[in-house]
Amino acid sequence: MIETLVNITLFLMLVATAIAISQMHRLFAVVMLSGVFSLLTALLFVALDAVDVAFTEAAVGAGISTVLMLGTIALTARTVKPSTRPQTIPLIVVFVTGAALIYGTMDMPNFGDPLAPAQVHVRPEYIERSVEQIDVPNIVTAILASYRGFDTMGETAVVFTAGIGVLALLSGLGRRRRKAPPRGPQEPKA
Amino acid sequence: MINHHHLILRVVTKLLVGAIILFAFYVQFHGDFSPGGGFQAGVLMAAAFIIYGLVFGLDKTQEVLPPWVVHKLSALGVLIYSGTGVWSMMLGYPFLDYGAFDPGHPSHGQHTGILAVEAGVGLTVAAVMVTIYYGFGARYPHISDEDW
Repeated sequence: MIETLVNITLFLMLVATAIAISQMHRLFAVVMLSGVFSLLTALLFVALDAVDVAFTEAAVGAGISTVLMLGTIALTARTVKPSTRPQTIPLIVVFVTGAALIYGTMDMPNFGDPLAPAQVHVRPEYIERSVEQIDVPNIVTAILASYRGFDTMGETAVVFTAGIGVLALLSGLGRRRRKAPPRGPQEPKA
Repeated sequence: MINHHHLILRVVTKLLVGAIILFAFYVQFHGDFSPGGGFQAGVLMAAAFIIYGLVFGLDKTQEVLPPWVVHKLSALGVLIYSGTGVWSMMLGYPFLDYGAFDPGHPSHGQHTGILAVEAGVGLTVAAVMVTIYYGFGARYPHISDEDW
């Protein structure tokens, strides 16, 4: 009962934050509210007992990406440009996408359904055997680092690649070349 | 360049940075028993440096953690992870089969492997987050508090 109340409250706050974000023109406030949005999502994950995910969401979504978004608006603009185009087509696109997503959830198993495919595929095996095979109390860690070690290695590589991408675009390592002293006629005479 | 009037922020940050780093290590090495692991610990570790950079300026942060060190660390993390796999192959087991590290007691081997792998993940994530922050931070035009 109390959990339902908590969930409803959190979802209402999520929706309120989203509406507030869509109405704002000051990007600083938008970034801060998107941090709030992430934090509320993290709380929802806690309510779902997915503490590991909540942890990540709070640290990455509410923490680091807020800082990075602030960095971005410091580099670009701090207010929204007033739109001159009619908003009907974007509105239709949003509604159609939303309707498609809701239609997509129709086929999903009910929340907490013990017979859902996710619950009956490999999960019972992990729960039964991880104590004996890996002996790590946190099954999430056991799955992440051991059973699904290849996936996690791929994820690490993806994070690394993302870092290289940002480095290539933003760090200004390329500027070093342009700063090289000019040669030829400009060279000071000895 | 850097505002010198945020006295409370500066004092609180100095107190917090150590605690955040300590918590990051706790999450890193306690990930087997409680929520968390390499990803979360890496982000927390990066957050400690980022909060320091936000309050004291990028130059001070880069004195502690120069960009070239961060770049090498982000690659080192991936190397540690894949190196763990290669190591287990050299011991005659499949790639990333941690049972190789303690054949007599496979679950102990698993612990060793998970520790090594999580260290790699944490290192890469922390270094990449700091790299991205440096990438953005190095290009900040200075904005006064009122301009936001």
